[in-house]
Amino acid sequence: MATSVRTVTRRIITTAAPAADRPDSFNPETLERLSAWKQDPEWVREKRRLAWRFYGEIPMPTTNDEEWRRTDIRPLRLNQIVPFTPDTPTPLGGLRDTPRWVQDTTAGGGDEAGLLIHRDASLAHASLSAEARSRGVIFTDLDSAARQYPDLVMSHFMTEAVPLDASKFAALHGAFWTGGTFLYVPKNVEVSLPLYSLTYLSGVERNSFGHVLIVADEGSAVTFVNEQLSNGAEDAAQAMHAGAVELYLKAGSLVRYVGLQDWGRNLWNFSVERAILERDSVLQWYIGALGSQLTKANMEVALKGPGARAEMVGFLFADGHQHLDHHTYQNHLSGLTGSDLLFKGALRDRARSVYHGLIRIHKAAQRSDAYQVNRNLLLSKQARADSIPGLEIEANDVRCTHGATAGPVEEEHLFYLMSRGLPRHEAERLIVDGFFDEVLQRIPVERVQERLRASVIRKFEA
Amino acid sequence: MGSELVVRDLHVNVEGKEILKGVNLQVRQGEVHALMGPNGSGKSTLAYTLAGHPKYEVTDGEVLLDGENLLEMGADERARKGIFLAFQYPTAIPGVNMANFLRTAVSRVRAAQSDNAGSARDGGELIPMREFRKELNSSLSMLKMESDFVRRYLNDGFSGGEKKRAEILQMALLRPKIAILDETDSGLDIDALRVVSEGVNALSGTNLGVLLITHYQRILNYIKPNFIHILFNGRVVVSGGPELASVLEEKGYDWVRTEFGEPVAG
Repeated sequence: MATSVRTVTRRIITTAAPAADRPDSFNPETLERLSAWKQDPEWVREKRRLAWRFYGEIPMPTTNDEEWRRTDIRPLRLNQIVPFTPDTPTPLGGLRDTPRWVQDTTAGGGDEAGLLIHRDASLAHASLSAEARSRGVIFTDLDSAARQYPDLVMSHFMTEAVPLDASKFAALHGAFWTGGTFLYVPKNVEVSLPLYSLTYLSGVERNSFGHVLIVADEGSAVTFVNEQLSNGAEDAAQAMHAGAVELYLKAGSLVRYVGLQDWGRNLWNFSVERAILERDSVLQWYIGALGSQLTKANMEVALKGPGARAEMVGFLFADGHQHLDHHTYQNHLSGLTGSDLLFKGALRDRARSVYHGLIRIHKAAQRSDAYQVNRNLLLSKQARADSIPGLEIEANDVRCTHGATAGPVEEEHLFYLMSRGLPRHEAERLIVDGFFDEVLQRIPVERVQERLRASVIRKFEA
Repeated sequence: MGSELVVRDLHVNVEGKEILKGVNLQVRQGEVHALMGPNGSGKSTLAYTLAGHPKYEVTDGEVLLDGENLLEMGADERARKGIFLAFQYPTAIPGVNMANFLRTAVSRVRAAQSDNAGSARDGGELIPMREFRKELNSSLSMLKMESDFVRRYLNDGFSGGEKKRAEILQMALLRPKIAILDETDSGLDIDALRVVSEGVNALSGTNLGVLLITHYQRILNYIKPNFIHILFNGRVVVSGGPELASVLEEKGYDWVRTEFGEPVAG
C-alpha cells in the first residue's frame, strides 16, 4: 500500500536589507515604454493600463490564502525583475540558429505544420506550411495578430478565458505581456501535422511574459505544442515567467494542446491557463512540468457546451529544491459533458509538489462524468507530495470518481526486479520509467513522448 | 563439475519470530528436489531467504553456492550468480514492459556470468536485439505462449496461469544454476500445470538444479524428483527418494504431525 512520507524541510532564506525598486521593473512608466516599443494598437495599450490597475487592486497572495497555503512566494523579489529589454531582434533562420541547449526540443523535426520561435520578448522565427496558409490558418506572434486581426484578437484576448482580473499574476501578465503566440484555425479545417511554439530566454536575467491564444473554429482540428525553456542555475539571479494560455474550442472542434515547461532553476513560474469548450468540442491537454525553481500553475477546463469533453494528462518530475504547485479545475457547466484527468509526478532530493484538483459539476450539468487521478512517486525520504482533491457536485445524475496516492517505490517491486539480476539503481529506473509510461502512452505526439522519456532518464541519473 | 547449493543449519526470523529452525539441504545441478510440507512449515520463508529478500533475517547458519557465501550478497548479485526464484505470487509492475525487462535482466545475468564477477553492471550494454528475440521466441513456443505476451506490462492483469508461465519463461531465459520454484503448481488448472511442468522438465537437465517447493503431490505426477524432503515446523524432518511421495500420499501430513510435531493445543 502506498503511504505518504512527509518530511518538513525548512529552507533558510537570508535577506539583506530590502533592495530599492529597480526603475525598469514593474511600474506605469515601464508599461508605457513597453507599449511604445511594441507599437501596441490603442486598445491593447488601454488593456495594459487596466490590467495594471487590477494588479494594484488585487492583494499579493500569501500563505494565509487557502490556494497558496503550501506555496510561499515571499522570497521572490518582484521589484528586481525587469519585464523586458528592448533589443533589436536578430531573426533566426530556424531552430539550428538557436543555442545548443535549446535544440533538444520537441520542435524542429521537420514534420511540423508551423514553428514560431520566441526569444525573450520578441518573435525570432516564424514558419507555416503553404498548405496551412492556403486554408486560412493564422499562426503568428500576438503583437502582429493584434494589429492585423483586431476583431479576432480583441474578442478573445483576455476576455472570457483568462480575464485581466483572474488573479494577481494574470493581471501582471495582462499589463506586461510580451511575445505570445496566436493560432486561429478556420471552420472545418483540419491541420494534420502539429504546430510548435518554442520560447527560450537568451540569458539568466531574462524574463518571460508569453501568452498563448488559440481559437479553434467550429469543426476544426489542430495539434499544438507549446514549449518554454531557459537555463539559469538555482543560484543565479531570480527570473520569472508570468504567462497565460487561452484556448477557445468552438462547437465540434478538436484541440490537442501540449504545454511543456523546462524553465531554468532560477525562474519563478506563474501560469494561468484556461480552456473554454463549446458544444461537442474535444480537448486533449497534455502537461509536462520539468523546470523552474517554483511553479504555480492554474489550469481549468470550462465545459460550457453540452457534449464537450476534456482529457487532461499531466507529467511532473521534480528534483533538487524544486517546488511545483499545480491546480486543475474540471468545471462542468453543461449536461453530458465529460472530463478525465490523470496527473502523475515523481519527486527526488528535496523537491516538493502540490496538487489541487477540483471537480465541479453545476446543477445544469446532468449526466456528466468526471474522473480524476493523481499519483506521486517519492524517490527520496526528503521529497514531499501533497495532493488535495476537491469535489463540488450540484447535479444528481452524474458519475464522478477521484483518487490520489503518494508513496515510495514499492519494496516488493524492487525485490522482484533485483531477483532477476538487475542492480537496485537500474531496477528503480525501470520502475520510474514504468510509472510514467501510462502518461506518455497517451501523448499523441511522438517527439513529445521521446523528449519526456529522455528527461526522466536525465533527471533520474543526475 | 556441477554447481552445488548448500544450506547448513539455517535459522531465519521474520518480524522477530523464528520461522526456520535449522534447515539443512544440498541441491546439485542436474538434480530435482521436492520440498514438501504443510502450510506454515516455513517453505516460502526458505524460498525468499535463499533469493535474498531483505525482510527475512538470518540469525544462524549458512547458504553457499559453490563455496561462496550467498548471505553476504544482495538479491541481484545472487541472481547473477545463478540463483532463480519462481515466485508463488509474482508482483505486477504496471508500466514496465515485459520484453524490455527481460532483455535487461538477461543482459545483466549473462554479462556477470561471462566475466564471472557477479558485479553490478548497472546501465551496461544490452544483448543484441536479434539474439534476444531468437531466444525469446524459442522459450515462448516451448511454453506455448503467444509472442505478443511480452508486449504487456510485467505480470499486470495476468491470469494465474499466465503469471506462472511468465516465471518459467524468465527461468528459461536466465538459465540459472539452481532454481527454487515456490508453489509454482498452486492455482493452476491441469492444462497450465502440464505446460509449466513440461517447461521445467525441458530445462532441468545437467545444467539446472531444481528445488521444487509444494504443498500438494499433484505436481509430482508431472515432475519427477530425485529427492523428497519434508519441512515441518522450520526443520527438514524427513528426506528420502521418490518413494516418500507415496508414503505421504497414503498417510498425509497428519502422519508428519504425529511423528514429528509437538502437541498442538486446541
